[in-house]
Amino acid sequence: MELSITARQSLTAPSRPDLVREPTVTLAAPSSGGPRGKVALRGVGKTYVSAAGPVQALQDIDLEIAPGSIIGRSGAGKSSLLRTINRLERPTSGRVEVDDVDIATLDEAQLVALRRRIGMIFQHFNLLAAKTVFDNIALPLRVAGVPRAQITQRVHELLALVGLQDKADSYPRRLSGGQKQRVGIARALASGPEILLCDEATSALDPETTQSILQLLRDINHKLGITIILITHEMSVIREIADRVLVLEQGRVAELGEIWQVFGKPQHPATRALLAPLQHGLPQELQQALQPQAPAGRHERVLQLEFHGGDGLQPDLQRIAAVVGGRVRVLQAGVDHIQGHTHGQLVLAVADAPASHDWQALTQGAQAIAHHIKELGYVADPVHSH
Amino acid sequence: MSLTLSIPIERYGNALLDTLQMVSVSGALALLAGVPLAVLLIVSAPGGFLDWPRLHRVLGSVINGFRATPFIVLLVALIPLTRLVAGTTIGVWAAIVPLAISATPFFARIVEVSLREVDPGLVEAAQALGCRKWDIVWHVYLPEALPGIVGGFTITLVALISSSAMAGAVGAGGLGDLAIRYGYQRFDTQVMVIVIAMLIVLVSLVQRAGDGYVRRLRNR
Repeated sequence: MELSITARQSLTAPSRPDLVREPTVTLAAPSSGGPRGKVALRGVGKTYVSAAGPVQALQDIDLEIAPGSIIGRSGAGKSSLLRTINRLERPTSGRVEVDDVDIATLDEAQLVALRRRIGMIFQHFNLLAAKTVFDNIALPLRVAGVPRAQITQRVHELLALVGLQDKADSYPRRLSGGQKQRVGIARALASGPEILLCDEATSALDPETTQSILQLLRDINHKLGITIILITHEMSVIREIADRVLVLEQGRVAELGEIWQVFGKPQHPATRALLAPLQHGLPQELQQALQPQAPAGRHERVLQLEFHGGDGLQPDLQRIAAVVGGRVRVLQAGVDHIQGHTHGQLVLAVADAPASHDWQALTQGAQAIAHHIKELGYVADPVHSH
Repeated sequence: MSLTLSIPIERYGNALLDTLQMVSVSGALALLAGVPLAVLLIVSAPGGFLDWPRLHRVLGSVINGFRATPFIVLLVALIPLTRLVAGTTIGVWAAIVPLAISATPFFARIVEVSLREVDPGLVEAAQALGCRKWDIVWHVYLPEALPGIVGGFTITLVALISSSAMAGAVGAGGLGDLAIRYGYQRFDTQVMVIVIAMLIVLVSLVQRAGDGYVRRLRNR
């Protein structure tokens, strides 16, 4: 069982949205000063009782999520962690605190009030089939007793925010998956939450729709300064949207940190396994041609240069050629930017290089051309052998 | 060949009106009582949000008791209650009391099934959005189960049309009574055939109306 959590610091200073906060006081700014929407998990554990005996789903989770951040977790269907935050599930041990209040101590009315501060969207959207798009989005406001005129205004604002102005009177059945999730987002934002929980929100969507939903979530984080906590099993989603990632392995924290650090230098096997689909293996052809010893005749060395970001080091080909010496050929390249950090690898074939190179020296100081250099082997020189 | 009716046509008309009156009034009562009963069954069930297993068990047993009793027995057994409620033990109104009482648990069970089939994800979503318990009943359970409830009500009405045939036992009249008294006891095949044809038309109309409504609900 592998799970990961990511978090993003807010991109800009959060500008408080015009949101309905209390049923009677609308368009109000939060009354208390200081940041709100701080979530802390303290030693949270969750054990399920199943036919086969107790199943430990979560163990000793300690986590603090700063206001205005985006957090994501991926896992094989486990949403327990996310669902403890709005008490859809109660942890069997430990505490969940929102703004320093242990939510287990809340009574029914306080719990309802808390949930109005925490929006939630779902993998399967969970829209009410019997209600129109308008009525779905209006539901949280109706049950909070917001006056009708304000509901109408607010729902139209939300429809505009998610780009579905023309769908107000449609029923969810008539919408595409992406449109349904937009309605879900609008509904979750209706009561002006400080936190948005996303439970595998893009897992039922195709890649293009996923991109547009992620863009919408980014916009919301940006515009409304809402803390977004998202769980997903799709590493590409985390890479796309998150700033901090927590990898869970068998209910325990395996790794937690800035996403470029965790992804750049994965420490835990679980993280590496999750990252595997994003990493390019060597092409079959090259693998077959590789030889451990330098062959007779003209040959090239095959080097793998890795970039982990962090210090602005770029895969500068001219510089690499100059430092390595001789002719440099790119066999494979996969370079990406995560949170502005260059991340990826180059596989180079180097001919006519000095017989021995201290590769380690080329990863440090002024000479540095990559964060890590590995000698993969040798190939016959294709340029001169023909 | 000209058709001569063995009994005056008004008999058929009156019988039809009696049947319609019995079925519609007892159906309406079953609707009013059955839906809340089903909601109570769902919310009191273990794990339901009222989680009151004792109430759930008692309700379940009472419903099972009424459902197990044959209608003709119920009709007689309920005579004291009927006298109390309707003020009489004969006629259409006397039949409505046992009809409603037998239809209610039947309908409640059908509604219970429809409510239970509402996606738990929707209930969870409503909770996450800050809905209180009764908000969830009102905004999630009932509207989402409506097609099933309407379908179940159609079945209940058809069952009532059938049960109302026995109401002749308390002198309530109706189509079924006509068929039994003339068609069965006096071997008047013509009455039997006409009554059955009328019942077929009536049942078909109710079923078609119900199906049409369900289809409209599901297609929106």
